[in-house]
Amino acid sequence: MDVIVWSSEVDGKNFEGAGFASQTTRSKLKQLGLNSDLIRRVAIAMYEGEINMVIHADGGVATTEIFPDRITITLRDTGKGIENIELAMKEGYSTASDSVRDLGFGAGMGLPNMKKYADEMIIESEVGKGTTVCLIFRLV
Amino acid sequence: MIKIDKSFCAVNIDKDKCMGCTNCMKKCPTEAIRVKGGKAQIDFARCVSCGECIRTCSYKAKTSVYDALDIINKYKYKVALLPPSLFGQFKNVMEPELVANAMKNIGFDDWFEVARGADIVSSVTREILCGKDIPKPLISNACPVCVELILYRYHGLADNLMTTLPPLEISASLAREKAAHDTGLDDEDIGIFFISPCAAKICSIKRGLYTENVQINGVLSAWDVCLKLMQVPASEVSIRQKLIASNLGLAWATSGGEVSNIQKGRQLAADGILNVMNVLRELEAGKLTDIDFVELNACPGGCVGGVLNIENPFVCKSKIHSIRRNALLYKTNTVDNVGDAKPEDYKLNEWQPVNVFKLDTNFVRAFEKLQQLESLTKELPGYDCGLCGAPTCRAFAEDIVNNRAEISHCVKYKTDKV
Repeated sequence: MDVIVWSSEVDGKNFEGAGFASQTTRSKLKQLGLNSDLIRRVAIAMYEGEINMVIHADGGVATTEIFPDRITITLRDTGKGIENIELAMKEGYSTASDSVRDLGFGAGMGLPNMKKYADEMIIESEVGKGTTVCLIFRLV
Repeated sequence: MIKIDKSFCAVNIDKDKCMGCTNCMKKCPTEAIRVKGGKAQIDFARCVSCGECIRTCSYKAKTSVYDALDIINKYKYKVALLPPSLFGQFKNVMEPELVANAMKNIGFDDWFEVARGADIVSSVTREILCGKDIPKPLISNACPVCVELILYRYHGLADNLMTTLPPLEISASLAREKAAHDTGLDDEDIGIFFISPCAAKICSIKRGLYTENVQINGVLSAWDVCLKLMQVPASEVSIRQKLIASNLGLAWATSGGEVSNIQKGRQLAADGILNVMNVLRELEAGKLTDIDFVELNACPGGCVGGVLNIENPFVCKSKIHSIRRNALLYKTNTVDNVGDAKPEDYKLNEWQPVNVFKLDTNFVRAFEKLQQLESLTKELPGYDCGLCGAPTCRAFAEDIVNNRAEISHCVKYKTDKV
């Protein structure tokens, strides 16, 4: 046993298409017979990440890796980056445009929810270069 | 009472008629069908009895399994349970009373409306939605296909399913009580028979999906019963009983009928198996966070679209609307029929999801199989042509890792090798 990896591109500006990566991940986790609560947490956190990439970064790449003891989800984009990560982590804080908010997104709950559902979350971001969010879910 | 058979299958395949085309296999929402040796086979552990394979089969090789009409003769006193969709099956009959009372002309002693159970469930649902700590959204459990889909495929939503009895089971108990009260006969002399519009309701009763204490003795098909009813001249039917169910109870025959009974919060109603699956997928992904109640019907248009009905679902739907409009003229109040129905009187056990898609019960082996599955999927052409006998290349790869198929069954793989 080593690792199972797959990646999907997340199409920017396509709200309908967001969710494809988390859906694929979810069906594979089901095939592994993992418990439904864990699968739900992974899928919801990953979906929030996909939406974030659509709203703020014109898309990106979502990668899932399954190790014997953990699942890691890496959401990597080359968007505008986050200026103040601490502020971005606050519930309700949002830099989404009005047009995005009109669609019902951008309520400032994305990152806080991802942190809530994952066992561990690491964010690396550089303004003008992009953001990488890594979510870790432990299996044992 | 019916003997519970957990392995009951609602679909029968006539091997002589099956041509081995891939139509049913492609339509199956749980990928339960494979074509082997030129004939379709169903894996009943995955089958949710949605009836899509029956609906789609061009050669009429698939039929629903139900009891023969003469089963009712085993009982002294026979009661027919009538689903609201039955009242919309006859082109020239506007009065539901005529249909209901004609049951006595074809061998039944009495009849009982499932819509009365629906009135009770509506009232119970309203009460539940007023309570605290209810799952959001609450999902209706009236369509057994949708219940099984959630249990098999959308596990994350099992806790959202209602845990009270659905209309059919409640009506069956009420019909039995009424029959015992009216006749004074012993329980074993009373036969309660449901006239089913679909394969799934039959399966849910025979498998004891909701309760193992099923008060039904047999399940007939709406098809058989309608053909028999058609031979009864209207002049010979004596209309002694009127319908008791409310206009809103009758609404349950069509999609959107159940939610029309709920005033609180935001509701959503989806019908047709693909639409239902889209909604379940979005719900499981946490996308539809502002919905309070969800009604799901696997058949297009709701129960009027069941595969055992004789009438076109849209015609049936329009008839049900007219019947409801007429019903409104003389009764509008559901409360009288329902009394003080409380959710705790109709409590079910918590739903237990069953993962029918896991590759292995052992995690280490499942992990290895998923690895193989991933690399196999890359090798396969991705045409999803179905010639190997599996609905998609990925499903075929799944079969290979589970030793149910060999890669040589792939036509593209074979020709490339040559």
